[in-house]
Amino acid sequence: MTVVASVPGAGAVSGVGGESALRIVWIYPDLLSTYGDQGNALILAYRAAARGHRVERIDVRSDQAVPADADVYLIGGGEDRPQRLAAERLRRDAGLKHAVERGAAVLAVCAGFQLMGHTFYDEQEGILPALGLLDVTSHRGSVRCVGEVVADADPQLRVGQTPLPALTGFENHMGTTLLGEGVRPLGTVRIGNGNGAGSGTDGAHAGKIVGTYLHGPVLARNPALADLVLGWADGNPGPSPVDDGWHLRLRGERLVAVGG
Amino acid sequence: MAHGGVGPAGRLAEGHRVTTTVAADGDEKAARTGAGGLPARAKVAVAAGKVTGAVSRAAGRGSGAVIGGRVALRLDPELLGRLTTGRACVLVSATNGKTTTTRLAAEALRAIGPVASNALGANMPAGITAAMAQDRDARFAVIEVDEKYLPTVAEQTRPKAIALLNLSRDQLDRAAETRMLAQRWRDGLAGTAATLVANADDPLVVWAAGLAQHVVWVAAGQSWQEDAWSCPQCGGVLHRPDEDWGCASCDFRRPEPAWALEGDALRDPQGGRVELTGLRLPGRANRANATTAAAVASLFGVDAQVAVKRMEQVTAVAGRYDTVRYRGRALRLLLAKNPAGWLETFDLVSGTDHPVLLSVNALSADGTDTSWLWDVDYTRLRGRPVLVIGQRRLDLAVRLQVAGVDFTVYDDVDAAVDAAPPAQIVEVIANYTAFQQLRQRVGA
Repeated sequence: MTVVASVPGAGAVSGVGGESALRIVWIYPDLLSTYGDQGNALILAYRAAARGHRVERIDVRSDQAVPADADVYLIGGGEDRPQRLAAERLRRDAGLKHAVERGAAVLAVCAGFQLMGHTFYDEQEGILPALGLLDVTSHRGSVRCVGEVVADADPQLRVGQTPLPALTGFENHMGTTLLGEGVRPLGTVRIGNGNGAGSGTDGAHAGKIVGTYLHGPVLARNPALADLVLGWADGNPGPSPVDDGWHLRLRGERLVAVGG
Repeated sequence: MAHGGVGPAGRLAEGHRVTTTVAADGDEKAARTGAGGLPARAKVAVAAGKVTGAVSRAAGRGSGAVIGGRVALRLDPELLGRLTTGRACVLVSATNGKTTTTRLAAEALRAIGPVASNALGANMPAGITAAMAQDRDARFAVIEVDEKYLPTVAEQTRPKAIALLNLSRDQLDRAAETRMLAQRWRDGLAGTAATLVANADDPLVVWAAGLAQHVVWVAAGQSWQEDAWSCPQCGGVLHRPDEDWGCASCDFRRPEPAWALEGDALRDPQGGRVELTGLRLPGRANRANATTAAAVASLFGVDAQVAVKRMEQVTAVAGRYDTVRYRGRALRLLLAKNPAGWLETFDLVSGTDHPVLLSVNALSADGTDTSWLWDVDYTRLRGRPVLVIGQRRLDLAVRLQVAGVDFTVYDDVDAAVDAAPPAQIVEVIANYTAFQQLRQRVGA
């Protein structure tokens, strides 16, 4: 387990308020970090520091135990084989399950999103059990979904009084994810595929767990989603005091580029 | 076709020290199918390719080589094989460094004869075919090959040697995943008669070379290790104390290298050291490329001292590492296409406090997903002026903000260069199409 000291950018200094740190666990970067997933960890740490937290980022490799007592968990994208290996190891490790029962927040992306569900499909071994922490089931789609995605966020999701703005991201997967009764979709897809061609939705959320197929990484394009997750973790529902000028310009450019 | 020329035959265990010498193909084959002896169909194909290439050039569409090669290959699908029969071929493939290593190995082999090469980096079958049709007489060919085409090109060209430098994440939205590529190399090269010259420090390369009969291992280093934590053999976690590495769960481990890059010098299999400080191409990655090129050249009997002397003449490769004057500044042009490449490039500029100009595009040749920017450790640029341009400058701006780097965004290269202090060297780091656009703009 590597504790990565979080270094905030210009602006906030870490360590000001809290007696205990806000702990961010990145699950299995050795297996599930194919698509710039580290970015989500960096952005959460940056914004958490701006919220006045001392931040501790903990990278947990796949031969290490997942701590159960952290505040935010990230699990990212990966190809078939690493996903299968990650599933095998996570099924034997109760750390994430206990953390979720304690009320920790989870951001799960792509393969990581599938792993939060009941089952997923592996090219070699067929249907495999996942962690069952989200009421979703994933299968192999018939086409590879590659490209920009725009989705209108579930209006129930708010940062403070403000509903989440449209989600923008890049998808690259062959998954189709079916949502059960116990979750709501993260967004309604306007452009792209999200939970599979024709599904009309992307991702899912329930409690303090949110899953999505969006890369970019997703928090670089959607800082409000980062604040939603941090609000779950620290109980402060408002936005982070960060200058989001570049994030907003990037969002604007991407939305225009795809006609969203 | 016979493969003759491979010296001491027999399977070489991992870690075996190899001093195999490969001679150029004998006269017999050259007489049969060499330069002058193409079958009629192939001659027509070469001629048609040249005409198409000339037309394409006249129309202002680049060098015309690729389109010419494509036309020629359609007329004669066996053409690449025919054009390389009778020559001793070397293939070079990798995620990073293949254009440079191709150039260095070609320079080294010119010590013993003329060398044909796709020096401009057109590295798919059409571009390679065009380059081989351009120069039909050279006894040797050193060919850069796109990673995805390596097994196919190896089958057609029947090389004497194949240099495998590294494999890491690159353009994931269109390329196959990194481990899949390693598997494709492993399967495709299992039966090759070529001697592989492979990087012992890259676990994916070691896996890829694992079924080949003849391997010369080179300790060429690996700065970027994020694609090599998972054992390609069993999926276990690789442990990497210092330079060594091995799987905690199975017997997959680093082979003993015959050649090694040790600081500023290479060590040959006899323990001899050759200084690499005279190389004009900068940086650790190029010293590694030179070490591999020297190991390749030695298979053909070229002494490492001689090889390195010749490599010292190389100053720029397809515009890379070139320094050009532009708007009163000296721009040093550096290409970085993926996280591993950026890491090596940061090593290059870290010894200076020059301003750094970054340009990132996301056209299809670059990969249209910019997520990889978050795998690059931009904190290394803290404390120096950073100028940002390129089609995806806003993605880069967000990335740099979170990295705590001070930066300024400009709409184009002219505005950015004008903002740099006059008469200063500016380190320009760009990804693939951004680099091509910059070269055109600044006249490199």
